[in-house]
Amino acid sequence: MPVLARRIEAAGIPTVLVTMMPDLADHLLAPRTLGVQFPYGHPFGMPGDAGMHRRVLEAAATLLAGAAKPGTRVDLDIEWPVPAKEAYRTWQPEEPSPIVAYFLRQRA
Amino acid sequence: MRVDSFTYLPRSFRARFERPAPVPGEDAEVWAPFEPRLADATIGLLSSAGLYLEGVQDPFDVERERNEPMWGDPSWRAIPHAVAQGGLGMSHLHVNPADVLADHEVALPVRTLDALVSDGIVGASAGTHVSVMGYQEAGLVEWRERTAPAVVELLRDEGVDGIVLAPV
Repeated sequence: MPVLARRIEAAGIPTVLVTMMPDLADHLLAPRTLGVQFPYGHPFGMPGDAGMHRRVLEAAATLLAGAAKPGTRVDLDIEWPVPAKEAYRTWQPEEPSPIVAYFLRQRA
Repeated sequence: MRVDSFTYLPRSFRARFERPAPVPGEDAEVWAPFEPRLADATIGLLSSAGLYLEGVQDPFDVERERNEPMWGDPSWRAIPHAVAQGGLGMSHLHVNPADVLADHEVALPVRTLDALVSDGIVGASAGTHVSVMGYQEAGLVEWRERTAPAVVELLRDEGVDGIVLAPV
């Protein structure tokens, strides 16, 4: 996604990336990054939590409009309301993704 | 707060993302200044959740990905802003889709954007948003050369002043 953001930005449209992996966005030179410490699959937060969705989207829009230079990163201070162990288990698909299955086969 | 990018990542994948290989041709900063006031701006959304209009658009090609684990479908879907809850399907083999299907706002917050417009924080929402299927390794070249220009054309047609991209 940082690559897609960069391509859109290079075409003249400002971008902001809302991501669970802001370090990766930094590495790949995303122009503006909003980091969220949420389990994968949930960039705007918990299902049913309109307040959380709004905090994330408003922060993203504010960063989009207000960042002064490329590589601007803001990390959002929202704690995920589910214990980390449970959240780690539940974000994952029921069956391993093809790439994970491939690596598991390689290791076996 | 400093976000830990690896809290929810399986340990065996950490090295892969801590030191990602550089992407050829992507080693310089890019920047498009945001010109309008946010309160006057039209904002679009782009999700990598592999969202499509259920019963209207084709799902992303996950069968090919099952057969070719390094491949991800590089196509994209235009999602109307007015899409109702329950109107989206999700093709993504890397995350559990249950929460996005239960509440689309988790990945594509169209009603949340409406609220920001209604409160005068954002000027307007794009009439159409975009979804891709974010898992791209072998498909990255096609993403850059075909998907990105097509998405840019749509965003220009929509008069978008800025876009919020959200990988899942």
